[in-house]
Amino acid sequence: MSRSLMPSLAAKALNYTLLTWIALVFIFPIVFMVVSSLKPDLQLLQDASSVRAFLPVGDISFDNYRAAFQRVPIGHFIFNSVMVTAITMVLSLAVCSMAAFAFVFLEFPGKSVLLAVVLATFIVPFESIAIPLLLVVNNLPWIGDQGLTVGWLNSYHVQIIPFISDALTIFLFVQYFRDLPRELVEAARVDGAGYFQIYRRVILPLAGPVFATAAILKFLAMYNQYLWPVMAAQSEDYRPIMVGLQYFFQLNIAWGEMMAYLTVITVPVLLFYLSLQRAFIASIASTGVKG
Amino acid sequence: MTFRHTVSRRLVLAGLAACAASASYAQTTLSMWYHGAGNPTEKDLMAGIIKDFNGSQKQWKVELQQFPQEAYNTSVVAAAVAGKLPDILDVDGPVMPNWAWSKYLQPLTLPPAAISKFLPGTIGKYNGKVYSVGLWDAACAMFARKSVLQANNIRIPTLDKPWTKAEFDAALVTLQKSGKFQYPIDLGLAWKGEWYSYAFGPFLQSTGGDLLNASVPKANGTLNGKAGLEFGNWWQSLFTRKLTPGTSQDGADRETGFLDGKYALQWNGNWAALPALKKFGDDLVFLPAPDFGKGPKIGAASWQFGVSASTKNAQGANAFIAFALKDKYLAAFSDGIGLVPSTPEAAAMTKNYAKGGPMEVFFALSAKQATLRASTPGYAAASGEFEKALSDIANGGKVADALDNAADAIDADLKKNNNYR
Amino acid sequence: MSAPITSTTAPGAARARRSGLLMVSPAMLLMALFLILPFLLAFAMSFTNQRLVSPNPTQYVGLDNYRQILGLGVLTLQPEKDAQGQVAHEADGSVQYPSLRTYTRDNPDYPHLNRMREWFHVGWTGDSRVYVLASDVIFMKALVNTVQFVVVVAPVQAFFALLLALLINQPLRGINIYRTIFFMPVVISMVVVAFLWRFIYAGDTGLLNSLLGHLTFGAFKPVDWLGQPGTALWAIMAMSVWQGVGFHMIVWLSGLQTISASLYEAAALEGASRWQVFRYVTWPGLRNTAILVMVVITMQAFTLYPQIDVMTRGGPLDSTQSLVFQAVQRGYGKQDIAGGSAISVFLFLFVLAISLGQRYLTREKK
Repeated sequence: MSRSLMPSLAAKALNYTLLTWIALVFIFPIVFMVVSSLKPDLQLLQDASSVRAFLPVGDISFDNYRAAFQRVPIGHFIFNSVMVTAITMVLSLAVCSMAAFAFVFLEFPGKSVLLAVVLATFIVPFESIAIPLLLVVNNLPWIGDQGLTVGWLNSYHVQIIPFISDALTIFLFVQYFRDLPRELVEAARVDGAGYFQIYRRVILPLAGPVFATAAILKFLAMYNQYLWPVMAAQSEDYRPIMVGLQYFFQLNIAWGEMMAYLTVITVPVLLFYLSLQRAFIASIASTGVKG
Repeated sequence: MTFRHTVSRRLVLAGLAACAASASYAQTTLSMWYHGAGNPTEKDLMAGIIKDFNGSQKQWKVELQQFPQEAYNTSVVAAAVAGKLPDILDVDGPVMPNWAWSKYLQPLTLPPAAISKFLPGTIGKYNGKVYSVGLWDAACAMFARKSVLQANNIRIPTLDKPWTKAEFDAALVTLQKSGKFQYPIDLGLAWKGEWYSYAFGPFLQSTGGDLLNASVPKANGTLNGKAGLEFGNWWQSLFTRKLTPGTSQDGADRETGFLDGKYALQWNGNWAALPALKKFGDDLVFLPAPDFGKGPKIGAASWQFGVSASTKNAQGANAFIAFALKDKYLAAFSDGIGLVPSTPEAAAMTKNYAKGGPMEVFFALSAKQATLRASTPGYAAASGEFEKALSDIANGGKVADALDNAADAIDADLKKNNNYR
Repeated sequence: MSAPITSTTAPGAARARRSGLLMVSPAMLLMALFLILPFLLAFAMSFTNQRLVSPNPTQYVGLDNYRQILGLGVLTLQPEKDAQGQVAHEADGSVQYPSLRTYTRDNPDYPHLNRMREWFHVGWTGDSRVYVLASDVIFMKALVNTVQFVVVVAPVQAFFALLLALLINQPLRGINIYRTIFFMPVVISMVVVAFLWRFIYAGDTGLLNSLLGHLTFGAFKPVDWLGQPGTALWAIMAMSVWQGVGFHMIVWLSGLQTISASLYEAAALEGASRWQVFRYVTWPGLRNTAILVMVVITMQAFTLYPQIDVMTRGGPLDSTQSLVFQAVQRGYGKQDIAGGSAISVFLFLFVLAISLGQRYLTREKK
């Protein structure tokens, strides 16, 4: 505790130097992406082999952004992606955290088998069940503005409902809840609270960090969906951003526009992450799990 | 079944709505899928044809749904699995037999005169029936600079007298010796997938081989036969002699390498011609494919229109396709996206392919050298195996083994599919 | 599973049972319908000749698809002898062996090896050579590559993630900026990242080659990172670690923040060194997080796919084939959905066995 000022300053300087070097490693492809989005294709490709790749030099303009917006209904696709992602994420966090609560704090028949099955599904790559899943959703009923219909294809819900419950999210919550003191639940039981109340009033307020982590992960998984929307959402009305990326792969790839598109679609995720990061820190501070 | 009920009920509802809106006639909507999403010019052209068609009669109304090309086939297959194909769809030429065989498509019922003047590569035939027609074809050529060839004393080949294999090979060696280029030729191995069989399959055919013998059908003995080995050995020598960049070529180099003077020659399609013309002007020449022994050949068949097998409105779908085949639309598409128009009349109307136009030669190439890829439903699998074999050979794998493996895999696929009968 | 708070005999047990079932049922029903049922369908398909596109009826083929991917054979060959009975040599001086083709292609004496290919060979007694043949060499290579990828990426990524988390967990001004930067690769889809890295790895004049050239004052000879069998998989591994490490940093970080501050205060009072604090306070507190991180990274690494698809498509010479890439390639590319499903089922059982082993090793000691 009684460290002198000098070494602490030196340690700080060392820390910052180290952090900055690491930061460079992480940021350079992204700088390349953003800088490239400002250049015409030919120059972009010629610059790509030298330090100029990271510098906004030469013929700089926002033309690529203008062209990208013309080529793809970006606003609409971002809306689709954000909506599908946000709804799935909220439902997923609710459903999965509740299940994890039951797995950790309650005893019921078949519990360990169920949990084992849930964890095992984590291994199934989505690509291998995409076709069977298509057959399943194609035979499910739906009640919408056209009355009772069969088949979910070409809609928002076909992109949402199958992805609400997933092993990773449940697993994240289970691991986190296991570290929480059991006395909290027991004390609440003694006070006569029901289990759902305990989940909502006692456990959820303590689960800030894991909610943030699970939310980020779910957001990314959903926001980057590609194969499923290609198969299940056939009209532009329901198309998400990753399918939009394919709009730039013409016979001659529109590199600059693609970089502009990438930059634009990356912004919502960064914003989401930054907002969560703040909430994340706030939640930790308020719960007193750590000062 | 339930799905059908829903659809018919929807149609009834739609019909009622239409009646309510205007009691005079009932218009049927035709859904159409097209692979051109992301290309504003193409979108406008398609929208223009559809608008004209919808305005020209009162029975049908076409509605367009666009898909990005890379995702298109997956979307169509998924829709077919779900039983929800549109009325009209477009299909890549070599894939067409596969879709016809699996009953995604039905034969067209166009009057024969409608397509009598079309380039052979633009007409999709399977089992003797026409399933698809294209408004354009694509053609490959050897991009070169007159000044470079002349400086190295290399004969400029013509359509009537293309390079022989020996001449071509010698030209590459001469260009390499000139020391002015990183590589004498760019074959575009940065482009994965279909490009390999489209661009290099014809070289194999010109040598006397093929991906498979579609009439048996069998790949063993054809792909890995004498001609196959001859082609494979030459192909490998291109890489061991460092005459062309390998499979890890950067996509950027593929696009700018020839323009920047890194490569002396480039094997590329007509879609890349305009930037090269802009850069080199009159110095640029488009050379025909070399003759590897059995006549010079280039790939044919691009995207074409077809009618889905499940449509209830085949008549309307055929009517639309017949309408779209007008010369003025062929010319408009060609002017818009630079592809080879399907008829001589349309070519004469375009700025690039008309007599004296800068890309006139491509029309001649399409007419003279274009060779259809094996018209078999097994092409989809065979094409992938061919790509793998050429990549492996380029990367130093044993030629005979690579071709054997590909032939075995293609034959195994044929067997699994009951020879696509 | 550690002891539940209500034992089955306690008065509230019935209520706990009811509530428990009620609370897991939404998640379980959704999962059953959208994950387990499709997987069972895929499982069933793997015993048929189901194709993605075909008008022909589907037939039951038993274990054929599994036999195809897993079939192995062994062949021992003696060197070729020249006319004098001496061991013959290849042009490059190596011992010459008979061509495998003569044994594996329609040789009636070796029906069990028909259409098999060399997977690898080993020298044996004297000059004889033992060939291990596989009916599906690409699958075998995909299996080996996938395992190699997991074995390297999982620990390396977990280690760097923890290091970053510890760095970032310091009370420094502006630390949030660094945290955001480290996390940035994660928010970009792997497909996009793989695209950007193709520029970095490009053969002659790629960014990495230029950089290494500058750092060594030109002594470094450019390497075709993705174009050589020896480097391609490593290049992909490095990029994968780079892309995923930020996310696991956050997971570690959320683990670090559950460790009570009072423990650190106590350690400081006792004058513990930095390493001691880590060893006796931080690391024990990260136990569950460590399990989580390792399990998640391992599982994710096993499903290696998009970077392969974008960067190498399994090449050069199958050096970057992966199981999921092959499953997709067969299911969609070759339209052999049954063969693709068989690979997926194999992957599932394989990883299940590994994760059961992992669970056993990391079980809580009672």
